[in-house]
Amino acid sequence: MRLWGVDLGELIELTLDHIYLAGVPLIVGLLLAIPLGWLAVQRKWLYGPLLAATGLMYTIPSLALFIILPGILGTQILDPLNVLVAMTVYTIALLTRTVADALQSVPDHVKQAATAMGYSPLRRLFAVDLPLGVPVIAAGMRVAAVSNVSIVSVAALVGVSQLGILFTAGFNRNAMGPILIGVVACLILATLFDAIILSVSKALTPWQTSRSGS
Amino acid sequence: MPTVRYMVSCMIRLEGVTKRYADGTVAVDNLSFEAPEGKITVLVGPSGCGKTTSLRMINRMIEPTEGKIFVDGKDASSLKPAELRRSIGYVIQHAGLFPHRTVLSNVQTVPNLLKWDKKRAKDRAMEVLELVGLGGDFAKRYPGQLSGGQQQRVGVARALAGDPTVMLMDEPFSAIDPVVREVLQDEFLSLQERLGTTIVMVTHDIDEAIKLGHRIAVLREGGTLAQFSSPDDLLAHPNDDFVAGFVGRDRGYRALSFQRAEVPIYPAQPVELGDRPLPDEEWSIVVDANRHPIGWVERDAVEGPISQSDLQLGGTLAEEHGSLRGFLDAALSSPSGRGVVVNEGRLVGTLRPQEVLQIIRKAPRPSGDTIAGDSE
Amino acid sequence: MISSVFDWLSTPANWEGDRGIISQTLTHLEYSLIALVCAALIAVPMGLYIGHTGRGRVVAVSIAGGFRAIPSLGVLFIAVLLLLPRLRGELAFALPSLIVLVILAIPPILSGVYAGIAEVDPAARDAAKGMGMTGSQVLWQVEVPNALPLMFSGMRSAMLQIIATATIAAVVGLGGLGRFLIDGQATRDYDEMAGGALLVAALALLVDFVFGLVQRFVVSPGLTKTA
Repeated sequence: MRLWGVDLGELIELTLDHIYLAGVPLIVGLLLAIPLGWLAVQRKWLYGPLLAATGLMYTIPSLALFIILPGILGTQILDPLNVLVAMTVYTIALLTRTVADALQSVPDHVKQAATAMGYSPLRRLFAVDLPLGVPVIAAGMRVAAVSNVSIVSVAALVGVSQLGILFTAGFNRNAMGPILIGVVACLILATLFDAIILSVSKALTPWQTSRSGS
Repeated sequence: MPTVRYMVSCMIRLEGVTKRYADGTVAVDNLSFEAPEGKITVLVGPSGCGKTTSLRMINRMIEPTEGKIFVDGKDASSLKPAELRRSIGYVIQHAGLFPHRTVLSNVQTVPNLLKWDKKRAKDRAMEVLELVGLGGDFAKRYPGQLSGGQQQRVGVARALAGDPTVMLMDEPFSAIDPVVREVLQDEFLSLQERLGTTIVMVTHDIDEAIKLGHRIAVLREGGTLAQFSSPDDLLAHPNDDFVAGFVGRDRGYRALSFQRAEVPIYPAQPVELGDRPLPDEEWSIVVDANRHPIGWVERDAVEGPISQSDLQLGGTLAEEHGSLRGFLDAALSSPSGRGVVVNEGRLVGTLRPQEVLQIIRKAPRPSGDTIAGDSE
Repeated sequence: MISSVFDWLSTPANWEGDRGIISQTLTHLEYSLIALVCAALIAVPMGLYIGHTGRGRVVAVSIAGGFRAIPSLGVLFIAVLLLLPRLRGELAFALPSLIVLVILAIPPILSGVYAGIAEVDPAARDAAKGMGMTGSQVLWQVEVPNALPLMFSGMRSAMLQIIATATIAAVVGLGGLGRFLIDGQATRDYDEMAGGALLVAALALLVDFVFGLVQRFVVSPGLTKTA
């Protein structure tokens, strides 16, 4: 079956690839950003340099990262790993500041009460600071997810399979249909990611009513 | 309720003012009162009584649904809101200073809006800053570098800068810590007396209302006027249970602030540091070279000449021509059991608590009321 | 590997001429600044209006969120395909690139302006009005000066994204630092690609530094100094 010059089977395959390439780095990036953000908050002297360094990573053009990484990782240019690593780098760049902000958003009296009750710094992080920081982290995750979905499509320029392939294919054939389908699919995916993060965040913070939320 | 009229001319007059919101809630209901010229009128009441709404209708920050408001004889609704506001000083709870502007520039706001020339605006700003006790180098600072009390002083200076005849103040001292608040209130009172500005103020604090107000409007929930009278009248003759309850159970004691009476004052022979305590008296009062009392010494507790460390401090001083409340406070707070009376800071004599209480008992007092010293 | 990238960067011939580093950097900067100005012309008034009136907050939030999701490459190709038959010469490629960059820059600028105005101390706003400032006086004398720190951070984040993304203009044949990425990829010249990427990052840092300096002069010290 074809829609505007796009084979539906191919569309599904590209969409799944896109979800994989944008989604996995989101989770890996968060897992790496948590210790980095925690470190930045724990060690005051690290705060400035760490956030500057991660912020700098965001200024590297995605196209540059996609084509330089094979040289660094020793991978083939078409290897999806390049894209996974690049997207993880961007996710870390966005989320390290978010995690630091989130940990700092926890009221001081709550932290002190937890410490006074005998939580070690690391246990307090997982038992108190992170759970209370979920709304802020979720807000950062939503930005990261939406921009990941958009950036992944640039990998079409190096030929890695995902929805961006529809852009290059359409452009080369001078056909608007595939490009439009690609754009719409990207927007739907971004909305989907956004909705998932929002509902996970809500489920993790039952104490937040919709009024005081966000 | 008929409007109470006073001899002084009125600066602000509310006539049947009502504020009803689109959802039907009534914030202010048919409110009428007159704020006399050169006096402080305080709107007081529990939260939700519409006191702030009433205040903000005077400078048209909120438009009334019904009724008329006159400022200096002119119908406020006939004036352009911005022009009306420039002629009225405005002080709010957290001062609302502009954080991006220096203190001087904050104070110059209204002169600049009125397009005064630069030199006049600056001179006036420095003048009012001096008035509120923030002369000199404060002008160049930014609000973020000031304490809460200092910020509120700047707020008052800013309101005075345009030389308004009328000033509106919304909980001006509520966000300040109690010790500083007391100081600011006292300074504010003497400033107002000197400048003769007509002031309408909102507070939730009945003590503040009684301390500062020449006229007090007590509002109740639903925005109706429960009583409008002078503070002593309010304490002595509350209109109803709501006012009596709001004014508080200890209003008899507060009422003493407004009662004057002759209390016998006994001459006291003072001693100075380095003297020995008087042999015939259990307690001797110690004064400095200017006859300002500095404390009491207990005869049996001192050996040899009196030194600084022998002084027992504490005890408020009563002004010779002050109120019964001042006498009672002095008598009850003195370590020797005798209250110290002064005139312009110099020792006049002492008074005895029993005699003060007797006079309080004899004094005309509000019916059904409790007075300090009486048991219920 | 790093030294060979450095070799490429330090070869004088690579810096000179029409297609040299200096010329491409200037072109890159030109596209970026034009895009920033266009985005600001759209987003700043919107942000001011929404922040000042409190109306249309939903619009601001959905634009800020929605525009971020639009894939730049797709929009670029759509715009080229649409405009190519209608426009002549370089403009048929330059305008689509500009559109992409403007779409990219609107969300951060809009949120910065809107949030900056919305977060002005309500007491300061109330006092301004109560002292007799008109609506536009409140906006320009109180709200905008106080919103400047957040407005600047929105602008700076927009500019960083523009500079990084302006490289894709090279995909449709335009100049700028993206040329080194695309040409390097075509000729499998790794040093050229890595060198180009480094130049983009360096340009981003430099521009951000300049914006930071401007911010220091423009923003009142009262907003950064505390007791």
